[in-house]
Amino acid sequence: MSTLRMFRKKPDDLGFFGKLGFYLLLILGALVSIFPFYWMFVVGTNDKGAVFHVPPLLTIGDQFFENFKRVLDKSDFFQALGNSLFVSSMVTVSVVFFCTLAGYAFAKYEFPGKNVLFVFVIATLIVPQQLGVLPTYVIMAKLHWIDSFKALIVPAMVNAFGIFWMRQYISSAVPTELIEAGRIDGGGHFRIFWRIAVPVITPAMATLGILNFMTVWNDFFWPLVVLKNKEHFTIQIALQQLFTTRDGLDYGMIMSATFTATLPLLVVFLLFSRWVIAGLTSGAIKS
Amino acid sequence: MAEPVITSPHAESKRPFFTEQRRSRITAYTFISPFFILFSIFGLYPIFFTFYLSFFKWDALGPMKYVGFKNFELITTDPTFWISFSNTLIMGLMGTVPQVMLALLLAVLLHSGMTRFKKTFRILYFMPNITSIVAVTLVFSTLFGNNGMINWLLNGIGLESMAFNSGWWGVKIAISTMVMWRWTGYNAILFLSGLQSIPMDLYESAKIDGANRRQQLFFITLPLLKPFIIFVSLQSTIGALQLFTEPYVFLGQSGTGSTRQEGITMVTYLYSEAFRNGFFGTAAATAVLLFLVTILFSVLNMLISRGGGRQTGGKKA
Repeated sequence: MSTLRMFRKKPDDLGFFGKLGFYLLLILGALVSIFPFYWMFVVGTNDKGAVFHVPPLLTIGDQFFENFKRVLDKSDFFQALGNSLFVSSMVTVSVVFFCTLAGYAFAKYEFPGKNVLFVFVIATLIVPQQLGVLPTYVIMAKLHWIDSFKALIVPAMVNAFGIFWMRQYISSAVPTELIEAGRIDGGGHFRIFWRIAVPVITPAMATLGILNFMTVWNDFFWPLVVLKNKEHFTIQIALQQLFTTRDGLDYGMIMSATFTATLPLLVVFLLFSRWVIAGLTSGAIKS
Repeated sequence: MAEPVITSPHAESKRPFFTEQRRSRITAYTFISPFFILFSIFGLYPIFFTFYLSFFKWDALGPMKYVGFKNFELITTDPTFWISFSNTLIMGLMGTVPQVMLALLLAVLLHSGMTRFKKTFRILYFMPNITSIVAVTLVFSTLFGNNGMINWLLNGIGLESMAFNSGWWGVKIAISTMVMWRWTGYNAILFLSGLQSIPMDLYESAKIDGANRRQQLFFITLPLLKPFIIFVSLQSTIGALQLFTEPYVFLGQSGTGSTRQEGITMVTYLYSEAFRNGFFGTAAATAVLLFLVTILFSVLNMLISRGGGRQTGGKKA
């Protein structure tokens, strides 16, 4: 029925088989996108040998808890999960607060150098992180922050993308008259920000929060550089540590851990997918 | 905010130093200051210090010793560096070029009238991107195992198995596949939002003028999508040059494996120079070269994408 409607809408479209081809390609793409998630679960719920079964095993097994028990034997999985949760939450709260403040200032205040400073903020987006990793490591060593969460949290407390994102949103969502009215009423600057602007922009703040949480949760390079002790590992490092040939790769175990570590983000994403996608693709708007 | 509009009680008298304008400027600077403070310490200073460091011999503990261009000499005469360099470029090409083209194809397909499932497809295509690189690498290492599913499929269509976790090309194919899987959908969605921003009446009037689908694609869609194409290929290029986690995890199973030559990248080289061998000077020199290569490729990228669409190149610029 929908096919018919489409034919009528675009008479010069490809024929029926063309449409079929379109759909098949799209569905193939979607299958490729989601298969690894399913496969993670398949391997994680079957016994050790299942991963290289010929022909490939595609059914979900009942060994998940057995596999996961071995994860707990070999690593401090929940400790790592807790560490990641702690670090990601701290960074996220801070990023949302400071980026909203800065975005608000760039959107609603007039001050000398505003445009130059904003361009500077945008320009920092293209600087590769690895370029400064050595001196940053040295700073952390001087501060005695190596192997502490401070090394992960403090440098990440505010970022250029967040400022850009909040400025864009605040410019259009917060009416300047509202702020002026607040000022005439004698409200302090921060009070106006907190009472008038913030309530209007919570959706953008929430999106930024989710995006940031995911980024920090998934980060690998920097935690790898600064974390030394097992009890401080984030979940990504803990996962990577499971992947060792020392006593034969136990893929059932590895995948049960990987699945457990991926699931929370997947759920968050599916719940807020519209916002997340809008946020993650917004980088292109600026170009 | 319910208070009645009475002229402000304290600010009006005796013309204080803090005029309303001054105060509001100071507030604005205060609001934006956290970023600039943190960026100076953890962004700007490290970049300059990296350049400085590249002229010194240093193990991050003892005193620094000025060595001039020695570090650059050392790494450019180290065959491993050049392997990491060519690996980075090869995997960059293998991961980026097909990825951008595939993303473009998917976006065009998604855009062609199938509004009904667009939302679902968007979500499904986006899912790989929210997965951590470590997780992606671990999953794909099962698929790319010697007896893994990919080899099974290869055998199924009559091809020979490949050594994806040790062969020169095998490793590169496996790693590029991981990169592609994680980013193709993301880029397709970016392109899709680009396509959606093209006004429909352009197509309508083109149709009236008798343009066929192909002409519409080449004279409307692609030229107007160009900013997005430039953005995506730039972003992918920069990302490709920083490739680290996939090869590090994929080849790291046996402890030291991450510097194995099949998959060593420039960032892996940098990482192992600094944090394995304690040569911060040569690592900094690597970072500097990586930075120069990044700039070079970004510029190259811009030039190519500029020249690519001859028909419209002059219109905007």
